Amino acid sequence: MLDRATQHQLRELTPQVLGALVRRYGNFAACEDAVQEALIAAAAQWPDKGAPDNPRGWLIRVAARKLIDDVRSDVARKNREHLVVSAVSPEDQMALSAADAIPDHDDTLDLLFMCCHPSLTPPSAIALTLRAVGGLTTPEIAAAFLVPEATMGQRISRAKQTIADSGVAIERPSDDDRRTRLAAVMHTLYLIFNEGYTTSSGPALTRLDLAHEAIRLTRMLHRVAPDHAEVDGLLALMLLTDARREARTGSAGELVPLDEQDRTRWDAAQIAEGTALIAAAFPRGAVGPYQIQAAIAACHDEAATVDATDWAEIRSLYGLLLRIEDSPMVRLNHAVATAMVDGPAAGLSEVAPLAKDARLKDHHRLHAVRAHLHERAGDTAAAISGYAKAAELTSSIAERDYLLMRAARLR
Amino acid sequence: MKFMLMMNTPAGGDYQIMKWPEQDIKNHMTFMHAINAKLQKAGELADGQGLSAPSKAKLVKAAPDGHPITDGVFAEAKEFLAGFWIVDVPTAERAYEIAAEISMAPGIGGKPLFMSLEVREVMFVTPKDA
Repeated sequence: MLDRATQHQLRELTPQVLGALVRRYGNFAACEDAVQEALIAAAAQWPDKGAPDNPRGWLIRVAARKLIDDVRSDVARKNREHLVVSAVSPEDQMALSAADAIPDHDDTLDLLFMCCHPSLTPPSAIALTLRAVGGLTTPEIAAAFLVPEATMGQRISRAKQTIADSGVAIERPSDDDRRTRLAAVMHTLYLIFNEGYTTSSGPALTRLDLAHEAIRLTRMLHRVAPDHAEVDGLLALMLLTDARREARTGSAGELVPLDEQDRTRWDAAQIAEGTALIAAAFPRGAVGPYQIQAAIAACHDEAATVDATDWAEIRSLYGLLLRIEDSPMVRLNHAVATAMVDGPAAGLSEVAPLAKDARLKDHHRLHAVRAHLHERAGDTAAAISGYAKAAELTSSIAERDYLLMRAARLR
Repeated sequence: MKFMLMMNTPAGGDYQIMKWPEQDIKNHMTFMHAINAKLQKAGELADGQGLSAPSKAKLVKAAPDGHPITDGVFAEAKEFLAGFWIVDVPTAERAYEIAAEISMAPGIGGKPLFMSLEVREVMFVTPKDA
């Protein structure tokens, strides 16, 4: 077994090694397989022999050798063509220059652009990003998503095939494309983070920590795209949300809502880091949804109690968010803030039109919010039936258990 | 050997648990988490999932053109699958023991529910000697 520090180092090196190989040999799919094999070789050899002096150079050398072996056996079988498009003989390709050992160019961002390409479905982009940029193995990713290893292997293969078919190359997108491509990268990382938040009744204990993995990858993105306030916002949002994780679950595995959480269990270091990030990003102009959501999370995290929370500020931030993306869910959150500022009756009247919205009327959160507001307004019967309806509709076990207990408390 | 342990819930409206006191719900959940953790630690848990409420269930079949036709579930159904475990154990007896333990999950006032679980062996694809 590799120690944690070495494992972390290997994962951090993954995109650099893969980038160097793809730049040299083309063929992303074959290079990616070779890098995985090199990572496995490192995990097998380094604990006994010790890590090499130049881990990056070692990984590139081993991966290049694997790649060339694979090409040779493929050529021998004549079952694949042009794996490596190069006039240079394999032996010469093997003789890597000293420059390969020294990173002169960080390919992480370009690899992220490739793995999160809009031609891929979100599940494919997520799986490919975790493997090619995150340096995780297929079994690790499969376990994290609670799907069989073969299924995840196929998902990754198909993703690589899609990339090959669509002719996506490792290159920096044009300035026109850059905004949409960066948005796709951020969305993929955000989905990985959210996946880490969903709990399942399955063998959850062995699950890889996807939330932390998403934070690590977003830190990478932050390092290579430092001039983007929305990337700062995304990283801040993840840190500020994850900071509350320990306090979010009760002894029976049930969800603990924000107003009942033990705030001493929140991660103060993460809150400090996230708050500093968002405070620096916000005045830089071009405020986007991640920054606004991070600012809202910061309002919660900085408050010592629910009552000390600056709900007026939260309401105006949701108002700002509504101007960028007017969705019923944002409206619902705005109504919650209104209820905290002006009382439950004001909140309920703001929620009323949303109950007719087809996108929201069967959503558990609408019913849970209404139940909370009825409870605060003293309408116990309406609260109980709202909690029961929400419990029936949610797909989260932790949330269902919380809602059942909340209803039971009022009976 | 792998076995699927299926836990059924009576049909007819809400989950029964919706009528329990808060502490009894909590004890029931804690019991289920403990069982899962124990099976996991023993290396016996292959999979396990809880299913959402029967009111969200749909019956689906293909129309002549192959498109899905969805329908609400039949009201006549007596019970619904609430969740399942797949355990990997050396003998059927061990699977029955696990099922019996789950069967005694606490209900109202902490009294064991004595639920019935359906235990079915999971078939494998290749013959053992292959």
